[in-house]
Amino acid sequence: MPGLSIPSGPAPVSSSASNPDQPPSVVRSFLLSRGNSAWSDRAFKWLMLFCALSVFFIVALIAWQLLLRSRLTIAKFGLSFFFKSAWDPVSGDFGALPFIYGTVVSSLVALIIAVPLAVGVAVFLTEMCPKVLRGPLSFLTELLAAIPSVVYGLWAVFVLVPILREHVNPFLMKTLGWTGLFSGPNFGIGMLAAGVILAIMILPIISSLTREVMTAVPHSQREAVLALGATRWEMIRMGVLRNARIGIVGAIILGLGRALGETMAVTMVIGNRPEIAKSLLSLGYSMSSVIANEFSEASDDLYLSALIEIGLALFLVTILVNALARLLVWAVTRGAPARVV
Amino acid sequence: MTTRRYKAGKANQWRRFFANHLATAIAVASTVIVVAPLVAVFLYLLYKGASSLNLNFFTQIPRPVGESGGGMANAIVGSAVLLVLGSLLGVPLGIAAGIYLAEFGRGGKLANFVRFTADVLNGVPSIVMGIAVYALIVLPQKHFSALAGGVALGIMMIPTITRTTEEMLLMVPNAIREAALGLGVPNWRSVLSITLKTASPGVITGCMLAFARVAGETAPLLFTAFGNNFWSTSINEPIAALPLQIYVYAISPYDEWHRLAWAGALVLILLIVVSVALVRYVTTRGVLKGAS
Repeated sequence: MPGLSIPSGPAPVSSSASNPDQPPSVVRSFLLSRGNSAWSDRAFKWLMLFCALSVFFIVALIAWQLLLRSRLTIAKFGLSFFFKSAWDPVSGDFGALPFIYGTVVSSLVALIIAVPLAVGVAVFLTEMCPKVLRGPLSFLTELLAAIPSVVYGLWAVFVLVPILREHVNPFLMKTLGWTGLFSGPNFGIGMLAAGVILAIMILPIISSLTREVMTAVPHSQREAVLALGATRWEMIRMGVLRNARIGIVGAIILGLGRALGETMAVTMVIGNRPEIAKSLLSLGYSMSSVIANEFSEASDDLYLSALIEIGLALFLVTILVNALARLLVWAVTRGAPARVV
Repeated sequence: MTTRRYKAGKANQWRRFFANHLATAIAVASTVIVVAPLVAVFLYLLYKGASSLNLNFFTQIPRPVGESGGGMANAIVGSAVLLVLGSLLGVPLGIAAGIYLAEFGRGGKLANFVRFTADVLNGVPSIVMGIAVYALIVLPQKHFSALAGGVALGIMMIPTITRTTEEMLLMVPNAIREAALGLGVPNWRSVLSITLKTASPGVITGCMLAFARVAGETAPLLFTAFGNNFWSTSINEPIAALPLQIYVYAISPYDEWHRLAWAGALVLILLIVVSVALVRYVTTRGVLKGAS
C-alpha cells in the first residue's frame, strides 16, 4: 500500500536524559532559578557558549580566508575557471576541469566498488553473523578507518599498484578493453588505482553507518515479514533494506564526501598528470592532489590563487555533500515512522 | 490446472530458496573481501616495518641521500610537539562546546546550529584545512611553523571531541545533577565536578579518538609544519612530523628511504593503536571508572 505509515513502536530510550530535544526537568529549572552564585554561573554559561560559537567562527573564518585568497582568479576567470582544461603556470592560464574530472571519476569508481561490499558487510553483520564473530569483525572494520591515509598510500604504491599492473589490468584490458574504459598503456598507477584505494578507505564509513541505520529499523518490521512466510533474504530485502534505504543513501553520500576530499593516498597513486582521458588506466590528477603537490611551489600570486580556488570549490562541495548526507541519516535514525511502499 | 499452479508454486519456492542462499553467500563473500585488505595491510606492514626497525630509527635524524642508516628521531619528537599543541587548542574548546550542547543548549535552535557546524567542520577535507591555516598563520608570519601545524591539527580535533562529550554528558542521569544542585552547589561546579567527572571515561575516549585521527594526518601539515630534516622543537620554526616524513620517503626513488618509510608507518600505526587501546583499558577497568 503506497504511503501507509506504521508507528515505529516504543523507541529504545536508555535514560530520560539521552534525548537532546527534551528541555531540562522542572526540578532542575527550579533549582537553577534560585540563583545561588548567579554571576559565576552566568559567566560559566557564557564561556561555554563562546566556545560552542567558536566552532562556527572557525568554519566562517576558513570560508572567508579561502574566498579572500582566491579573489585574483575569481575576478580574472569567473565561472569559466571550472570549465577550462588549461593549466599553464608560466603564462598564467588556469582551468580546473581536469582536476574536477579526476576527483569525480576516482570517487565514482570508489563508490561503485565500495557500496555493494559495504552493504553486504552491513547485512552480514546485522542480520546473519553469529554473535561470536560480530564483535571482532565490526572491530576489524572500524580499525580500517583508523589507518592513516599516508599508510594506505604507502601500501598502495608498493603492493596494490604492482598487483593491478601484473594481474588485474591485463585481465580488464582483455575482457573489457572494447568498452574503451580499459585501454592504453598499463602503468599500474592511474584513475583505477586511485579508485580502488579510495574504495578501501571509505568502506568502513559506509558500512558502519549502514549498520547503524539497519539496526534502527524496528524489530516488528522483521517479525511481520517473517510471519508472512518470507525467507531470510526476503525479510532483509522487504523488511530492513527497504525501510533503511534513505539512511543507506545518506551513508553512501557521506562516503562520497570523504572520497572527494581524500588527499594523500590519491596523490601517491593517481599519476599526477592533468589530462582528461576516457580510459581508467590512464594517469589523472585530482583537486586535492594538485593542491598537495603544487601549493609549496606556487611562486606567483595568480598561481597560488588558482590553487586556493580549487580548495574553496572542494570546501563548498564537501559541505553540501555532508549536509545532505546528515539530513538523510538523521531522517532515518531520529525515530521517523517506518514506511511500507 | 491445479497441478500446473502447484508446479509453478514449487518452482517459485525453489527460486526463493536459491535467492536466499545466494544472498547469504554474497554477504559472507563481501565480508571476506573487506576484511582481506585490512589483514593484508597489517601483515605486510608488520613484515616490512619490523624487518627495517632498529635502534637507529629512534635515535638518529635523517641522513642525506646515499648514506645508509639514519632514523626519524626528530620526526617522532616533532609529531609529539605538534600533537601537544593541537591538544592544547582542541581539547578544551571541544569539551567546552560539548558542555554547552549538553547542559545549556539542549533542544534549542542555537545548539542544533552549533551541532550542524561541528558536523560541517568534521567533513572539511584535511587539505583544505591546511590551506586555510596557511592563509591564516603562515602568510602573515611569512614562514612555516610548528605553531601553524598545531593549530591545523587542533581545529581538526574539535568536532570529534565536541560530539562525543555531548553524547557522554547526555547519558549522565538527571538525578545526579539535581542532587548536586539540591545540595547548594553552584551550577558550574555541578557541571565540572559532577556531570563531567561522571562522564569522564567517555570524554577521554573521545579525546583519544580525535588524537588518533589527527596523529596520522599528513595533508594539513604539508604547508603549515612543512617538515624539517634537522632537530627542532621551536614552535616558531618548521618542524618534522612522522606522517610527513613517511610521505616524503615513500614517493622518493631510493630503496633505503622506502625501508625507512615502512618502519615509520609501523611506528605510527603502533602509536595510534596502542594509545587507543591503552585508554580503552584504563577507562574500562582502571581508576577512572571509580567516578561512574
